[in-house]
Amino acid sequence: MVGKQERRYQRMITVVLALISLIMVIPLVLLVVASFTSNNEIVLHGYSFFPKELSLEAYRYIWNERAQVFHAYGITILVTAIGTTIGVMMTLLYAYVLAHEKFPGKTFLAFYLFFTMLFNGGLVPTYIMYTRYLHMKNTIPALIIPGLLMSAFNVILTRTYIQSNVPAALSEAAKIDGATEFQVFRKVVLPMCKPIIATVGLFAGLGYWNDWTNGLYYITDTNKFSIQQLLNNMIKNIEFLSKNANSNINLASVGGGIPQETVRMAIAIVGLLPILIVFPFVQKYFVKGISIGAVKG
Amino acid sequence: MGKKKTWKNIKRAFPLYIMVAPGFLYLLINNYVPMTGIIIAFKHLNFAKGILHSDWAGLSNFKYLFKTPDAALITRNTLLYNFAFIVVNTTVSILIAILLSELRSKTKVKIFQSAVLIPSLISIIIVSYLVYAFLSGRTGFVNGLLTSLGKENISFYTESKYWPFILIFVNCWKGAGYSSIIYLAAILGIDQEMYEAAEIDGATRWHKIKCITLPLLKSTVITMTLLSIGRIFYSDFGLFYQVPMNSGALINATNTIDTYVYRGLIELGDISMSSAACVYQSLMGFALVMIANWLTKRYSSENALF
Repeated sequence: MVGKQERRYQRMITVVLALISLIMVIPLVLLVVASFTSNNEIVLHGYSFFPKELSLEAYRYIWNERAQVFHAYGITILVTAIGTTIGVMMTLLYAYVLAHEKFPGKTFLAFYLFFTMLFNGGLVPTYIMYTRYLHMKNTIPALIIPGLLMSAFNVILTRTYIQSNVPAALSEAAKIDGATEFQVFRKVVLPMCKPIIATVGLFAGLGYWNDWTNGLYYITDTNKFSIQQLLNNMIKNIEFLSKNANSNINLASVGGGIPQETVRMAIAIVGLLPILIVFPFVQKYFVKGISIGAVKG
Repeated sequence: MGKKKTWKNIKRAFPLYIMVAPGFLYLLINNYVPMTGIIIAFKHLNFAKGILHSDWAGLSNFKYLFKTPDAALITRNTLLYNFAFIVVNTTVSILIAILLSELRSKTKVKIFQSAVLIPSLISIIIVSYLVYAFLSGRTGFVNGLLTSLGKENISFYTESKYWPFILIFVNCWKGAGYSSIIYLAAILGIDQEMYEAAEIDGATRWHKIKCITLPLLKSTVITMTLLSIGRIFYSDFGLFYQVPMNSGALINATNTIDTYVYRGLIELGDISMSSAACVYQSLMGFALVMIANWLTKRYSSENALF
């Protein structure tokens, strides 16, 4: 069956997919190349895939200013670690309860969770509550708690997984042997949930690493800036310059000798690098998570 | 029986209530308390008096909001962009999924899948950097290309007419890979015997895609579209705020309900307008989920969400 025609067909699909992949990846290539280009060249000739003058000045600058960059990095790592750990724990517990056999209040708890997917109060009341009443402005919890800690979607995903992968008979047997609800959760359910923990943890972790809105809403203190917020602030400075644009303003001179264009790109690389390094190892869980998400819970 | 038994069941379920408590409390604070905050839109908010004791404003905040030209603009933008996103993203992601499913080499599938997924891993801040590198007025790659072709430069960040295309493209670039995984999973779930039977009957590749794959994807498409329609009054704040770099000249093409609410709340401090727009969004969003679900229930009940 695998004739000449089939081979030609396969080659054709490969070419089309390669083109699509190229479109997906090429902006990142420009980003990487730009971060290694000399700032002068970008200011004079613009961004290019084949710069004439390569340079490490952007990375050298970041290294000199590492206190600020690493501080922001530290905040991002801290927030991601704490938020993901607590969030996944809460998600697993809620999902375990929803996957449990019938008990008084189960239907209510399921609806209580599901309704948050249908309706929400929106930004204004949320913002007022977190800032005026819970006094979270400029605190680390403001980067962790609002919106990100636990999502109904992840809980439903996990519940579906527990229902279809952890046999009820197993938990029953453990209970007959005298195990408490908590022991069943820890010794029977958790060990069988590793794949879904990886998936949900991945979604949560990526959410925290890439989040910038909580920073935008709640943080004005530069000491608590995450890496995304640092990037956001840098682009705002440029925005300011371009708004007052006389087309002749030389960005390099305004920035007081900072290689602005390339430094921004280099910091973007620094923020992106961990994700790109980790991704190949966790792609499996990511893909699996998206696919089970499609099957409605 | 009866009361006594219920009480016993509640007592037995006690550990479960403790387990669910952290999540329960979180949803209470993060979701349910803000829902009650909807009354802010019906008040003349005065923090000195507190939310509950502020004077009632009736519907005046809403009247005021809908008198401004902004209300129609942000509604139009939010809805039209979402329609375009649904059509373009569904088409492109189904295309990618079908191509991937036709590929025989597993290694190639994995490589291409990584490539199309990469954009969905990038934060919108970095996406706005990428867009800037391509479109910046003086230094952008696109303008460099135009110059070398002897054409006039385009000042993208001040000309709103290009932005519908730019935003639709960026949104598709960022999201198509992710949803293609969902469609690929659905295609891989199709019974292979159907294809084999069709082959015996002499079906061509195109026939198989048209008569087996696409019809069987219908229910996934309906579910996904239903989910998107439920979110049609919401927009990706980052896409509309960060990617155009909050440029004032582009506001006609980039202002959506979410950016309007944010600007009102944080940049202008106009809480009454902002909260009115916010409630408008919540209520319309809720109504649309219900309508979309009701329609699906009527016409293909197995795809309804609830």
